[in-house]
Amino acid sequence: MTLLGEAYFFIWLIVLAIPAIWLGINEKSTKIYGLITSGIFAAFAIGSDYKAAIYLVSFCVFQLFLAKILIKQIERKGRKRALFWIFVILSILPLCIYKLTAFFDISMLGFIGISYLTFKSAQVVIEIYDGLITEIKPLDYLYFLIFFPCLSSGPIDRSRRFEEDINKILPREEYLENLGTGIMYIFMGAVYKFCFAALLYQGFSFIDTYNQWWSTLVYMYAYGFYLFFDFAGYSKMAVGISYVFGVKTPENFDKPFISIDMKDFWNRWHITLSHWFRDFLFSRFIMASIRGKWFNDRLVGASIGFVINMLVMGIWHGIGWSYILYGLYHGILLAATEIYQKKSKFYKKYKKNRLYKAISWFITLNLVMFGFLIFSGKVI
Amino acid sequence: MSEAKIKEIVLDLLEELCGDDVVRKDLDINLLEEDLIDSLDYTELLIGIEDNIGIVMAPSELKREEMDTPNKIIAQVLKRV
Repeated sequence: MTLLGEAYFFIWLIVLAIPAIWLGINEKSTKIYGLITSGIFAAFAIGSDYKAAIYLVSFCVFQLFLAKILIKQIERKGRKRALFWIFVILSILPLCIYKLTAFFDISMLGFIGISYLTFKSAQVVIEIYDGLITEIKPLDYLYFLIFFPCLSSGPIDRSRRFEEDINKILPREEYLENLGTGIMYIFMGAVYKFCFAALLYQGFSFIDTYNQWWSTLVYMYAYGFYLFFDFAGYSKMAVGISYVFGVKTPENFDKPFISIDMKDFWNRWHITLSHWFRDFLFSRFIMASIRGKWFNDRLVGASIGFVINMLVMGIWHGIGWSYILYGLYHGILLAATEIYQKKSKFYKKYKKNRLYKAISWFITLNLVMFGFLIFSGKVI
Repeated sequence: MSEAKIKEIVLDLLEELCGDDVVRKDLDINLLEEDLIDSLDYTELLIGIEDNIGIVMAPSELKREEMDTPNKIIAQVLKRV
């Protein structure tokens, strides 16, 4: 079964959501029920691939122990830099092995959602090191990892936020309001994904030549909008289903095509991913570079930070030239935006001007679309 | 360190990062909506707070909505003194 992707899933969702709604309305905790439901959907999604099932279970147990052991180690030895690196590397190791073996076509350790689960487990390790997490409750952590609306493709929640939600009983009024919003989101997302994205997909699958400039151009825009409706639709449904189960999963998209510069775009497109990278990679790189005086000029440090950040984001999608180029492309654009906005007098003078904003929007939109064309792998 | 002193340090940092003294005049101005601060500035702000006041805040500790006005930032720092 494809989670959030086929009729079979939605039929089961209706059946399994009823007890959750009943619990919510009666002001009872949905935690245990939600955990069981997540287990059922994970089993459905994995199907008869028993290897993947073993990988998923081992992954969760491994991450749980990792987090527990790190807490103990820090209590005993204090915040040692070496601990940080060992545990972060161990936490992302399964994903790295999977991506590398997939690249060589032997594909080991793969299971549904491994990329997204790794974001969740790695952030927990980092926040334990930061002292923000001092206790790991096994059931809460497991539920956080396999929460079914977000299991296969996000949005990527934060553990402290998630645990607050699942351990809180909402007053009936508030739950009903969330339920209404959730159901609306599910329908909205379904229209995005199953109507608009499906239509666009049909549209550009007719284009079979990419050697004419205009056909490439049509494909570029169609594919860009398809990606948006497909993924934003999926995310909206995931957020909606989360609401039904009492969890306010963060939004993933915020009108990305009205962005007026590239930095604005990454605050609106795949938000939970880009903010994850911002908080757990970019900011830390910048802090380390300032502390270690790696660069004379902070702007140089920031530019390198943007490129590394986006390159890792690109490679996370898979080991392939189009993803590497996609990451590099966005890294360079962000660095260029940063330099331009900090240095240019012209920018400072006109940034509030309406005409300037309109031109900036148009350029941004086309840069974004060209990025999707790189991402699609159709140009190289 | 006194509260007034901490407030002063935070405002100095903000003024330098945002490049605008409006952050001093309007303590409830929304730094994100007014496009006065970005991810890079936030990171430098955290470093400045650690170096000048000795309060360590991790980049993922707070949501942006919890730190989007000068007053909120000052309050978050004061909470940790």
